Amino acid sequence: MVISLRAKTFRGGVHPPPCKEMTKGLPIRRAALPPVVRIPLVQNAGDPPRFIVKKGHYVRTGEKIAEASGPVSVPLHASISGTISRIENVPVPYGGVGLAAEIEGDGKDERAWGSEGSTDPHALSREEILARIRDAGIVGLGGAEFPTHLKLSPPPEKKLECVIINGAECEPFLTADHRLMLERPGDVIAGARLIMRAAAAPCAFIGIENNKRDAYEAVRKLSAGMSDITAILLKVKYPQGAEKQLIRATVKREVPSGGLPADVGVVVQNVGTAVAVWEACGAGKPLYERVVTVSGQSVREPANWLVRMGTPFTDIIRQSGGLTPDAAVLIMGGPMMGVAQWTTDVPVVKGTCGIIALPECAPAEVKPRACLHCGLCLRVCPMGLSPAFIRQAAEKGRWNLAGQYGVNDCMECGACAYVCTTSKNQIQLYKRAKLELKKRSGHAS
Amino acid sequence: MPADDTRLFILSPGPHLSADESVEKIMWRVTMALLPALGWGIWSFGAAALRVTAACVVSCVAVEAVVQKLLRKGVTVSDGSAVVTGLLLAFNLPSGVPLWMTAVGSVVAIAIAKQTFGGLGYNIFNPALIGRAFLMASYPVQMTTWRPYGAWDNVTGATPLGIIKEKLALPLPSYMDMFLGRIGGCIGETSTLLLLLGAAFLLVAGDITWHTPISFFGALALMSWLSGRDPLFAILAGGAVLGACFMATDMVTAPISGKGRLIFGAGCGLITGAIRVWGGYPEGVCYAILLMNAFTPIIDRYTQPRRFGSRSKGQPRICAD
Repeated sequence: MVISLRAKTFRGGVHPPPCKEMTKGLPIRRAALPPVVRIPLVQNAGDPPRFIVKKGHYVRTGEKIAEASGPVSVPLHASISGTISRIENVPVPYGGVGLAAEIEGDGKDERAWGSEGSTDPHALSREEILARIRDAGIVGLGGAEFPTHLKLSPPPEKKLECVIINGAECEPFLTADHRLMLERPGDVIAGARLIMRAAAAPCAFIGIENNKRDAYEAVRKLSAGMSDITAILLKVKYPQGAEKQLIRATVKREVPSGGLPADVGVVVQNVGTAVAVWEACGAGKPLYERVVTVSGQSVREPANWLVRMGTPFTDIIRQSGGLTPDAAVLIMGGPMMGVAQWTTDVPVVKGTCGIIALPECAPAEVKPRACLHCGLCLRVCPMGLSPAFIRQAAEKGRWNLAGQYGVNDCMECGACAYVCTTSKNQIQLYKRAKLELKKRSGHAS
Repeated sequence: MPADDTRLFILSPGPHLSADESVEKIMWRVTMALLPALGWGIWSFGAAALRVTAACVVSCVAVEAVVQKLLRKGVTVSDGSAVVTGLLLAFNLPSGVPLWMTAVGSVVAIAIAKQTFGGLGYNIFNPALIGRAFLMASYPVQMTTWRPYGAWDNVTGATPLGIIKEKLALPLPSYMDMFLGRIGGCIGETSTLLLLLGAAFLLVAGDITWHTPISFFGALALMSWLSGRDPLFAILAGGAVLGACFMATDMVTAPISGKGRLIFGAGCGLITGAIRVWGGYPEGVCYAILLMNAFTPIIDRYTQPRRFGSRSKGQPRICAD
């Protein structure tokens, strides 16, 4: 009890049912090597890379298949060994279709990496670490997919004072980060240390929600002797893992409106990203697999899988016992901010932290009616906005008014829609309002 | 059942989970919260109180259904909001009013104050209070003919506030009598104890917040004290508790943020006090709340919550504690 009082948090937020019991006790298992993978070209926020392979090329696991192109871009790597069978538009989990390279596997899983002589990763210079992170194609694995090497090198006038490793995992159902911290706390800490070096930050915090006490203990025990790495217990509350809220909870700083964590001397990285950084620097391993939680009431045998990028959801779901007949909604990510899928025929990408199948979609059924002015949304908004007024402005198409009410500060966590009794389509309205405002500012300039 | 890889799923925006709440649940909780005070009203004023309440509820629901039918809108009486309006209207009437008057009040409350503005969520003024204000202006005699506590027959009595206003040579009830409700008055306003019980239930359920009642009582007490009256008496007498806990907290017509609700409640308390001291009526809760309803949009506008990241003072030092 005393310890939970010490747990830190932010203002606002909601308490959806955590639903983590199904998978939190299940060790991460390596999924079967997929016979075919489809690797979408766009798997990072920013500029899309450029394919450097053609149909018929033979590639080995970890071999580069696309080159970074543009300032905000990272390369892509083959996740199995085999032959490029086609490069075409296929359904992608972000919605719609996108260009992807299909690799027909030879079942040998021949590696293209790990041959370089091993250097002590902790002896690497800042520039070397950043280069390895970039070359390994590492992006934010929490779902945002922003290139990690760029996040770690803000403009020189912004000095980073600390790194926060995000182990909050506040979305219901997801346990991938939980298992990673529990099973590989040493790798998380080693990754954190490399990130500290790359960011030139003197200390790091690893923020973990109070419902993952075993993971917290594992990390705390290993970091006990370190004065510069501290495990922090966070209250269980959604969206505790949102970047700005995590920073507020951990170091009590508020990222200014429209600003970035670097503005308050902080950089946040997900635990999965930290492990990927460690693997890239320690073993030269490119980012071609990740941990994915497959869960939800409509999945027969929920599990935590280590999955090769590009593996079709269909394969992973089959290995999780398949779906029950009542499955109605399929989500990539968590159920709060995740993206609904229309088919299981989409590939796992770098930002796929979970695959969730749910029986019904109550929120989709709610017909919007007039706002009751109850004020629940104001109380839960982690950004201190007035969602009710943004919604009303957007419903009338008054985009500028929505802007005045701060819609651009909204991170679309969905806490307002979660508690609202009269509407569930707030996030759609906010997205639309942001788009309209962007269009307008574009015209004005 | 098709195989997993050929099935189609519902595309919907996030969040894909939803809190287990609805307008219906809120309204039925408010109804529940009002029942103890209703029971006391019937105990105090007899079957007439029950008749008036039943007539109000039935006519409010009927008027809502008829108006929505006429306007070719979906009939939404099952959301329970008309039931709440009916109950609150009855709570603000003396038990002796003729039943046709309840029907008039219901038409004004639902057809004019609520549906004309667009229905639940769009109304500017509290419907039940508009109904009461209309009746008060139109039928002042029936609306101020009170029965004393426990008088099930047609005896007239006086309310505590009436005794003061009219300077009647009657003894004022004790604090305990007023707290328990052993006084004359409208059907639902007499028992402070049972009203507070209902309000506590809504507070715990999260349907009302503490801001409005607390600032309402505080401002009313202050106003009474400044004008040389007994602050505790001011809160216990008349409709202050009913108004502060159930009418000024009406989510549709009151401000949305805690800060706004503090201002709203304080305004209600001050105006109530002013009407009681200087006005022509012994009681002022109804008009106070209606006046403040008109200020709700502007209060909302100037009481936006503090936005995350708008802090002007410096950032704290990073320390591992």
